[in-house]
Amino acid sequence: MQFSSRAVVLLTAVLTAFTARADDLKIGLIAPFSGSETAGLEMDYGIKAFFKLHGDVVAGRKVVVINRDAPTPAPDVARRLAQELVTRDKVDVLAGHLFTPTAITAGQVSTQSKTPMLIMNAATSGILAKLPYTARASFTVAQTTAPLAWWAAKNGMKRIFSIVADYAPGIDSENTFQREFVGAGGAMAGSIRVPLDTIDFSSYIRRIQDSETGGVFAFLPAPDQAKNFIKTFRDAGLDKKGIKLLVEGGMLQPQITATLDDDAIGTISSQHYSEDHQSPENKAFVEAYKSVSGNRVPTYISVGAFDAMNMLYKAVEAQAGKLDPVKSVEIWRNMTFESPRGPVSFDPKTRDIVQNIYIRRLERKNGVLTNVEFETYRAVKDNGKQ
Amino acid sequence: MQFVGVLLDGIAYASLLFIISAGLSITMGLMQFANLAHGAFAMVGGYACVYCMNALGVPYLATLPLAFLIAGAFGLVLELALYRRLYEASHLTQVLFTVGVLNVSTASAVFLFGAGSQPIHLPSYLQGQISFFGATISTFRLFTVVLVVAMAMLLASIVRFTRFGAQLRCAVDNRRAAIGMGINVDRLMTIAFTFGSALAGLGGALGVQLLGLDPSFAFKYLVYFLLVVVVGGSGSFVGPLLAALIVGMLDTASRYYAPETGSFTLYLLMVALLVMFPNGLYGRAR
Repeated sequence: MQFSSRAVVLLTAVLTAFTARADDLKIGLIAPFSGSETAGLEMDYGIKAFFKLHGDVVAGRKVVVINRDAPTPAPDVARRLAQELVTRDKVDVLAGHLFTPTAITAGQVSTQSKTPMLIMNAATSGILAKLPYTARASFTVAQTTAPLAWWAAKNGMKRIFSIVADYAPGIDSENTFQREFVGAGGAMAGSIRVPLDTIDFSSYIRRIQDSETGGVFAFLPAPDQAKNFIKTFRDAGLDKKGIKLLVEGGMLQPQITATLDDDAIGTISSQHYSEDHQSPENKAFVEAYKSVSGNRVPTYISVGAFDAMNMLYKAVEAQAGKLDPVKSVEIWRNMTFESPRGPVSFDPKTRDIVQNIYIRRLERKNGVLTNVEFETYRAVKDNGKQ
Repeated sequence: MQFVGVLLDGIAYASLLFIISAGLSITMGLMQFANLAHGAFAMVGGYACVYCMNALGVPYLATLPLAFLIAGAFGLVLELALYRRLYEASHLTQVLFTVGVLNVSTASAVFLFGAGSQPIHLPSYLQGQISFFGATISTFRLFTVVLVVAMAMLLASIVRFTRFGAQLRCAVDNRRAAIGMGINVDRLMTIAFTFGSALAGLGGALGVQLLGLDPSFAFKYLVYFLLVVVVGGSGSFVGPLLAALIVGMLDTASRYYAPETGSFTLYLLMVALLVMFPNGLYGRAR
């Protein structure tokens, strides 16, 4: 019994080794698969949804994804994984990255080995400048934050208090929001940077209360922080005192909204993707995603993976099955297509994505708390310019 | 004037830290066993609460005793099957073992309940805020404080007035003498461990609302649990209670009055306290 099961394992390993043929198109995906992060799975399902809609063969090459686990932002782990993927597994393209630090070190491997790379999340501005063979199919925090400031100013909000997580993307969002909101004639009622290990938000809520602000802008994307902040905000009844809550869309992912109660209804957020986006492309994507993931709801991370696959397919098709790093990047920087999130193009200079940013309101729709889009800022660039 | 409110928030936070860490203090005091996986029992309680509520439809208040019992049962099984084999082992072995337990608990939680943060929907009578001496505090925080104060008083009277409590104090003070006097320290340890795990489970269930719950729970709050026990001094309940109050109130107050310092104030004070009281506020030199 012991022996036979080992033999099966061995046989399977041998078979897998043989079934991965030389002409396969290999993707080395680096993302968190273990620990408490769900991003790796969200990317995996996004890719499978793409396979379901467009097949797993492109220009005659079968597409094989090799998943590698980088559970934390640790840059050295990502570098090692990228090196292994390039030298041992001989992947054609690197992909993935929830975190900016892993995107940067894996990107250095991509640069040195001239392997093209597609970022599916990692949302810090400016990282593409030093990575010549990399494109980003996701967004930047500055890009999703700026329209929220425009919207607040346009809707007559005068004073806003900003509260962000104290790390690079949080500081990006704080700076962007302040710049755009003050530029549009608003004033900041105060700002706080919250340590990443913060769990109890009661003190910050009291401070916000003291500032007599008309609104709060929050960027606290870690699920527990997002949930605890919104719950404490509502529990303290700040919304009933006329303080409006504006958050960056990452704080209202489906897995977070599932933990919220009805009193969170009305929270305003801005982002490039809502699973509720009304378009035939998104309808097909959501259906395919649900069928490959056991009925889960896609997130902005899944749509990043889905669109990265689209970019990859277009590049491979245009080069008749090849994937030259320089030509691929040339194709990506000039691409436009209709994504489940809406129309997407790229800034030919910076290679960064240009897309619609939607203002959404949290509502109960078909029994589920959903971010319903109600206003669109078209073709927003990375630096928060239209 | 928010001072009273900030104070009350701090006390609520402290209550949670105390109820989760109390068991850790006893196991460390009794056996000098560094159980880094203690938070896993709180996590078991949290998941028991959420699962009973969301999947089985048990009302919230009824899930609290269930979380207490289920976490206790886990503690009992693990103590009998694994922990007791390592009481005589070196600290390094114990640390490696308990970190292993931590990793297994995280992976099991991901496998059973998924990697995401768990939802909890409190009954309406625990939501909202109430006024209290002119300050406002959330109803749930007040509920937590009242429940934990009741549990702490129960604990204190068990330790102070029962035969079991006397044996426990005796064994913490001098284990060899306790064995010599015919006290069954092994059995004492099993009971204390089980009870400590059950308390942590209750704390975990209460903490779902205020701390959140995901598979990395036991890792995330490990530092706080250890702080409470190390600063308070292991082996008693009074030390951790005092330390939890200091940690909870100082953390909350520094975030309100000086948010730009982050967690700096808290850790600075912890360093100062440990320099002044190397054995903890209530610990004895060994």
